[in-house]
Amino acid sequence: MNDTSPMPAPPPAVPARDLYRRHALPVRIMHWINVVALTVMLMSGLCIFNSHPALYWGQSSYSGRPAWLEIGATQDAQGRVSGYTRLLGHAFDTTGVLGVSTDDGQMYVQGFPSWLTVPSHQWLAMARAWHFFFAWVFLINGLGYVAWTIASRHLARDLWPTRSDLRSFGASIVDHLRFRHPAGEAAKRYNVLQKFAYLAVVFVLLPLVILMGFGLSPRLDTLFGGWVGLVGGRQSARSIHFIIAWTLVAFVAVHVFEVIVTGLWNNLRSMITGRYRVPQEAVHD
Amino acid sequence: MTDIDRGARRRFLGRVAASLGAIGVAGCDQLSQSDWFPRVLGSAEKLNERVATLVTGRKAMAQEFTPADLSPTFRSNGTSNPDNPAYQALAASGFADYRLEVAGLVARPRSFSLADLHALPSRAQITRHDCVEGWSAIGKWKGAKLSALLDAVEPTAKARYVVFRCADPMDDDGRSPYYESIDMDDAYHVQTILAYDLDDRPLPVANGAPIRLRVERQLGYKHAKYVMRVELVESFAHIGGGNGGYWEDQGYQWYAGI
Repeated sequence: MNDTSPMPAPPPAVPARDLYRRHALPVRIMHWINVVALTVMLMSGLCIFNSHPALYWGQSSYSGRPAWLEIGATQDAQGRVSGYTRLLGHAFDTTGVLGVSTDDGQMYVQGFPSWLTVPSHQWLAMARAWHFFFAWVFLINGLGYVAWTIASRHLARDLWPTRSDLRSFGASIVDHLRFRHPAGEAAKRYNVLQKFAYLAVVFVLLPLVILMGFGLSPRLDTLFGGWVGLVGGRQSARSIHFIIAWTLVAFVAVHVFEVIVTGLWNNLRSMITGRYRVPQEAVHD
Repeated sequence: MTDIDRGARRRFLGRVAASLGAIGVAGCDQLSQSDWFPRVLGSAEKLNERVATLVTGRKAMAQEFTPADLSPTFRSNGTSNPDNPAYQALAASGFADYRLEVAGLVARPRSFSLADLHALPSRAQITRHDCVEGWSAIGKWKGAKLSALLDAVEPTAKARYVVFRCADPMDDDGRSPYYESIDMDDAYHVQTILAYDLDDRPLPVANGAPIRLRVERQLGYKHAKYVMRVELVESFAHIGGGNGGYWEDQGYQWYAGI
């Protein structure tokens, strides 16, 4: 070793058990409230959907145009019932899951199966009560989160993409596809795809799903001489409400998948106690 | 970790997740059946009403449409032909003997024949009917303004709700006649009418002949069909199940603006 040449700085020694505080207490509380509220909203929403399991485009369901999505059941000459789902004119046999499903060994004719709905059987009045109560929980919690994330600079510091984030967009996609996860200091920051996903959910999908829910209210539709016409009408709003709900389910599926593959217990702990163990840089020869 | 371990762990975690899910769903069902939890959930109803009224204003108008938007046929929902001999007799004679009784907290109780109702100031409107189930249909309604009918009977200062008593029994024994109630804001609203025409024709029996309430800023179940009697009351606690309507007595919200 040459004494005169500059020594590369040794990597900061991160003890194996080094825990750092990743999520602030308000974020952790609001995250879990949101988990409960969104789960109830989805499942009670599907129970509401089941009372008229068809979606249309436009103001009305009876415009002369068929539903673009319809879940139903038919009975053949032998009395066997089967469930179908018709999407854009194409019918699929979905017996067992959509249209006809079993609960406690009994066959039921219902859109979404009982294990996906709150209440578990068809009870529209109760499903609406759940939906509207948790809508307030979800709305107040969400407004609290947005206010906190701006006031604490969490949004500007941790969520807003930086220039170097944007440059690493392509590389980040490749990293995700190869399940290559950041380690060391990089693991303390959100990556660019993560930032875009969170921003899209918080500032696009969630506000839009709320707005489309408002569009289903005949009283709120009175604003601005029928603003729901801007998205095509009340039945369009109902369709968009439904599509966004499932887009959020897709987000949660990817989110939970990433939580599992990047260290289930470490991630869960960081959302409960706030503490996260930074993964070590891989040692290459 | 071996593949067997991995598989076992995955199955274990899957089972844990499924069990937690089942416990969650069963828990929600148990809460729905309890006495106290639906009351907690129901606290959102008053909030919905207050906020919606505050945001839109008391006199907000429901959107109106053009003839091009009309549904080809206006769907019948709920009762399509009341199982009631008295009603059937009225229908057989084309409702010539129909009388709408108006009573309760009014200075001049009286009854109205169909001709009387036609003589009252009227309004025609093409509006969207939104069912609590989720579907919508668009129809053209014409009828007597409820405000004009109320002006004729002069509600007293104590009157807070208008109750509509209907001819259609809701159970198989011919009992539990349908009823509904609205507050005075909705009762005096410009678009609140006692409709006698649908799509420029006399209201069909399937849609509530001879008279159906239109209360355009609320869901379909508030739009009472086969209206026989209008009653002004201070409270609806003593009527039916005490919740202000047939469906309200089955757990549906009295405020159906959402």
